[in-house]
Amino acid sequence: MNCRNHLLVGFLACGALAGLLLPTRMHREPASQHSPVQARAQVTPVKALAGTQAESLKPIDYAREVLPILSNQCFHCHGPDQDSKEAKAAGFRLDKRKEAVDFEMIIPGKADKSPVIARVTTSNNKLRMPPLDSGKPQLTGEQVATLKRWIDQGAEYSEHWAFVKPQKPELPEVKDKAWPSNGIDYFVLAGLEKNGLEPNAPADRHRLIRRLYLDLIGLPPTPEQAEAFASDPSPDAYAKVVDELLSSPRYGEHWARQWLDKARYADSQGFAEDRPRTMWRYRDWVIQAYNRDMPFDRFTLEQIAGDLLPDPTMDQLIATGFHRNTMTNTEGGTDDEEFRVAAVIDRVNTTMEVWMGITMNCVQCHSHKYDPIYHDEYYQFFAFFNQSQDSDRHDDAPFIKAPLPDQPAELEKLRRQVDQATQALKQAGQQPFVLPKDKKAKPEVEPTPEQKRLLDAQKKFEDFNSRIPNALVMRDLPEDKRRETYVFKGGSFLSPDKEHGVVEPGVPAVFHKMPADAPRNRLGLAQWLVAQDNPLTSRVQVNRIWELIWGVGLVDTGVDFGFQGSYPHDKALLDWLAYTYQHDLAWSTKSLIRLIVTSSAYRQSALHTELKQEIDPYNRLMSRGPRVRLSAEQVRDQALTIAGILKLDRIGGPSVTPYLPDGVIGQSFSGVKQRESSGADLYRRGVYTYWQRGAHYASFAVFDAPSRDVCTSMRSRTNTPLQAFVTLNDRVYVEAAQMLARRIMAEAGSDPPARLKRGIALTLQRDATATELAALGKVYEQSLAGYRADPDSANAMAVGPAGPLPEGMDVAQAAAMTVVSNVLLNLDELINKP
Amino acid sequence: MNRHYVNPLLHQERVRAITRRHFLGKATKSFGAAALAGLLNDGFMSQAMAQDAVLRQATHFAPKAKRIIYLHMAGSPPHHDLFDYKPLLNQRNGEVAPQECYAKRSAFVKPSAKILGTPFDFERVGKSGAWMSNLIPHLKTVADDLCIVKSMHTTQFNHAPAQLFLFTGHFLQGRPSMGSWLTYGLGSESKNLPAFMVLISGGKSPDAGGAAFGSGFLPSVHAGVQCRSEGDPILYVTDPQGMDRQTRRHTIDAINAINQDQADEFGDPETLTRIEQYELAFRMQTSVPEVMDISHESADMLEMYGAKPGEESFANNCLLARRLSESGVRFVQLFDWGWDVHGTGPGDDLMNKLPLKCRETDRPIAALIKDLKRRGLLDETLVVWSGEFGRTVMNEERNKAGYKGRDHHPNCFTIFMAGGGVKAGAVIGETDEWGAHVVDNPIDVHDLQASILYLMGVDHKRLTYRFQGRDYRLTDVHGNVKHELFA
Repeated sequence: MNCRNHLLVGFLACGALAGLLLPTRMHREPASQHSPVQARAQVTPVKALAGTQAESLKPIDYAREVLPILSNQCFHCHGPDQDSKEAKAAGFRLDKRKEAVDFEMIIPGKADKSPVIARVTTSNNKLRMPPLDSGKPQLTGEQVATLKRWIDQGAEYSEHWAFVKPQKPELPEVKDKAWPSNGIDYFVLAGLEKNGLEPNAPADRHRLIRRLYLDLIGLPPTPEQAEAFASDPSPDAYAKVVDELLSSPRYGEHWARQWLDKARYADSQGFAEDRPRTMWRYRDWVIQAYNRDMPFDRFTLEQIAGDLLPDPTMDQLIATGFHRNTMTNTEGGTDDEEFRVAAVIDRVNTTMEVWMGITMNCVQCHSHKYDPIYHDEYYQFFAFFNQSQDSDRHDDAPFIKAPLPDQPAELEKLRRQVDQATQALKQAGQQPFVLPKDKKAKPEVEPTPEQKRLLDAQKKFEDFNSRIPNALVMRDLPEDKRRETYVFKGGSFLSPDKEHGVVEPGVPAVFHKMPADAPRNRLGLAQWLVAQDNPLTSRVQVNRIWELIWGVGLVDTGVDFGFQGSYPHDKALLDWLAYTYQHDLAWSTKSLIRLIVTSSAYRQSALHTELKQEIDPYNRLMSRGPRVRLSAEQVRDQALTIAGILKLDRIGGPSVTPYLPDGVIGQSFSGVKQRESSGADLYRRGVYTYWQRGAHYASFAVFDAPSRDVCTSMRSRTNTPLQAFVTLNDRVYVEAAQMLARRIMAEAGSDPPARLKRGIALTLQRDATATELAALGKVYEQSLAGYRADPDSANAMAVGPAGPLPEGMDVAQAAAMTVVSNVLLNLDELINKP
Repeated sequence: MNRHYVNPLLHQERVRAITRRHFLGKATKSFGAAALAGLLNDGFMSQAMAQDAVLRQATHFAPKAKRIIYLHMAGSPPHHDLFDYKPLLNQRNGEVAPQECYAKRSAFVKPSAKILGTPFDFERVGKSGAWMSNLIPHLKTVADDLCIVKSMHTTQFNHAPAQLFLFTGHFLQGRPSMGSWLTYGLGSESKNLPAFMVLISGGKSPDAGGAAFGSGFLPSVHAGVQCRSEGDPILYVTDPQGMDRQTRRHTIDAINAINQDQADEFGDPETLTRIEQYELAFRMQTSVPEVMDISHESADMLEMYGAKPGEESFANNCLLARRLSESGVRFVQLFDWGWDVHGTGPGDDLMNKLPLKCRETDRPIAALIKDLKRRGLLDETLVVWSGEFGRTVMNEERNKAGYKGRDHHPNCFTIFMAGGGVKAGAVIGETDEWGAHVVDNPIDVHDLQASILYLMGVDHKRLTYRFQGRDYRLTDVHGNVKHELFA
């Protein structure tokens, strides 16, 4: 108990200082360690700082008020990781009440006598907690007051909110009974009323329908579709469009995109060589799963353990590609075992992040600093994925042939032709022709007609067979070749802890138990992820869908529902949605999305007022409609749609490579260069764009698409001049502007103002304003004058990548209208959801 | 209309008031300083006022360096043949190397490989008496400006992981690079250029690809912007054919007029940011080609660097690095491919390839240091030269190639730094008599990163970013500032 004595001496030494407030120490927080969104959260409570009597009697909420302080500033040393040198020096844990009280560090009911308070307030730098050299911020006066209030009220701990199963809360009382359209609105409105805000008026119907299209299918409506909705007086006009869009195949193409970020789907292996990999059958599986509205529990089972289901179908095997999207290192001289282990670790971290919203990354090396997850538990989880056959091989084995629906019949037909040709040869009493080993060498004798027929049939068969796509799959090693899993000391695969012994598959004890009848393999793991008892999966998933639509989640830290994560802005709404999704909607994602977009909250105008800027700057209260910048893929898909050149005739297929910029030097060590596609493949949706990890499509990267090296749960949304360069000057957008100009001129007669109005209608699906017509008219006249005087420039501007103008179209007018279209494709309203 | 609805018209004036204030740069009061920092971080740059605010927030010490030029010799030069002279290797040339010459892990070299003495002559130079080989005559002339570190070591022995480790602090892809961390922490100094720019020579990107200068989980605005020697100097900076500058100006005016209207109507601060970004883009269309055009440099200057306008070369990139740095680019990262001298053939051996790479780089690096010094910029500009690991004592002789070459070796390597607050004319650290292991003052990759951040005024433990529930930093959970490197 040396440790304890030492601490008590420390306490005695500083006891006299207890209660003294240190002068506020300048703590310089790195710029935007938290996003502005989070920074606001820190700022808000300052208003409530006044330490009145009433304030100190207010019952404390441990999970919401105390835990974040302890977790952020104390648990690093006084937490679950007891093996670190800091923890050994610390000597006791603050995450367990018994220990903190037994050590007399917390005296329940007596904050002023509790050493914990003394240590965070002392002016003695040697005793000060957190230590000044720890890099941890010191506690603010407000945080100290919170700790005091908590100790004075008995220092009760409670279970972390996210680890307790959600119940379905009652709908809250609201004053305005007319506003709510569904359950969501009761929570939203109650929140607004509490904060003295009113919801916005509904968005105008043209903007609303554009928002809805972009959210449900990722593409804008045509002006005619928008007009039809705007002028449809029937009460179910909106619901009809919602249903129509949810059953469009475009829905799956749009919603797959975000899941592919999480699945780290890419068309290359990653690392230095970054060689191509055939993986698009998995991408298409995801699109189909969304289009068929596969319930999320099924969606989970098939991706985590499709191969372990009874008599798995080919689709179920393809689904297991989720965890085969890990990177493969084919650089010469690398240790395959090192990168096999890295892939398994990635599977552990990704699974926990995507389904549980729990970050396991740090537990690879040591017990979690904050959440009660221990080092050996990490390797129990690791053991689930450690039996997979893949071993960082160059060919990415194991994989299956995954023919498209029409391919088996065709292959069979070709096989029969080979058989027939073989029969014919036999009947003719001939032997098959032997081709020379050197393929270029001319055979010494010519094949007979029968031999030639067989050769041709064989070639056709082989050519066709080689075009059948592969799909990487999960497949476990046979029983007798199973690997033994050990705890890796310090997280290094070179240091297995043999003394600790072999680790068996299992889940961290802090969570619900695995279902009793679940096998101890990936299938059992998948069942555990979607079990009724799981407090996290449904919350994490509804938060994610919410965040995709609203731009901000109900929990800010969508990837971390652990101790370090933020408390939900509206826990009741989160729980109501999670419960509804899991039970009432039976994991139907389409139904969840329908629920959100048919709420009154969603249908509000995006109008941002000064009052709302003050009280709800980041729209966490849903006090206005979601005005959010579009994703990289949407920005491009939309421009092509408006220009009338997006190709939507088929779903899926091999990835395509739209225009590449000139002079891009080989981005990977292997020198594998992407080849630009041609014809219709230049105009497919962004979800089909070839995704090379080391050099992914340049304009997507500029609009925040991740490299997909690892799981990305939420993309950032930046606003930079490089984005302006893309939509102003990238060949894709120049061509789109040219095609849009031609479309405007073809559809809107010869009157310039009518053309400009048509331009706005095609772009924003609404009537033009006077300002818009004036600004566009001015740039049109300016350009037209210039191009009339300079036919060469006019020709370059109007023709460029799009090719010759239609018969009879005036070149200068087309050039000037292309300039106008270039303006239209760069409008803020276009790049955002309205 | 329901009484709870807000009448948009009533709010119009208030919204206008907000947006006007915002646009005038007086947003601090209503949006909060943190949000302002966020706005800044979301663009390359913003008003000087906002920049200062961020700078104050992030620098923890008085910075010694304001800017960095990092010269990365991708593939890794052999320390034995340039700086770390070991006569013992020449004495025992051709003998089977003892076990103590090996690192724990290497890529290709076989057991019982033979010792390879350096084929090059060495001499002591400068006041520190540092050893340098005759492959780098120009660097000898700036020896008194260099801080040569012979005791670097790493954990990685393959190019991509070692480069990632060096630049991102972790051997797997996905983390922000050093330049991204610095621009995230310090913002930008230039109004017309990105804060982090990348120049590549040697015909190939570094093995780690864009991840070596990527922003990882930081917002993409912090990624290194690659300048290209072919096509647009920055991707899509050039207007489409048939559009002159005046027409581009007219389009920006039209876009911004309509966007201003949108901002007035809906009051979204992001719209105002976008207006500023389009103005900045317009300025960059002039500033980028201007700064990237070296044809107006004097003949003497071009001669000093060995630069030739219009070429893709390391020499040109060194001159560009000086120009960018002078224009306020905080972190200029050069990658030069071709240093991976295994000796599998004349294209990657010590006798042909290494002298060639030295000829391509020796003069421009010396010129860069002299040029910065002459302009009074060396004191505030940190120049770093390094590979990603060292090379073996032994001749690799892969497949009995018959050429001289060395395999990868993580246990020790030599780097040098100049300017920016480092000790000038110094040699730090020592390796054993084989040049195989560090025996004095070991400095690992995280130590180097911590020290570089320190010189920029940043505490590596406090420059953090919350991702996947963890506070990440460049140095992971390691790294010690090595004060012995500093003047």
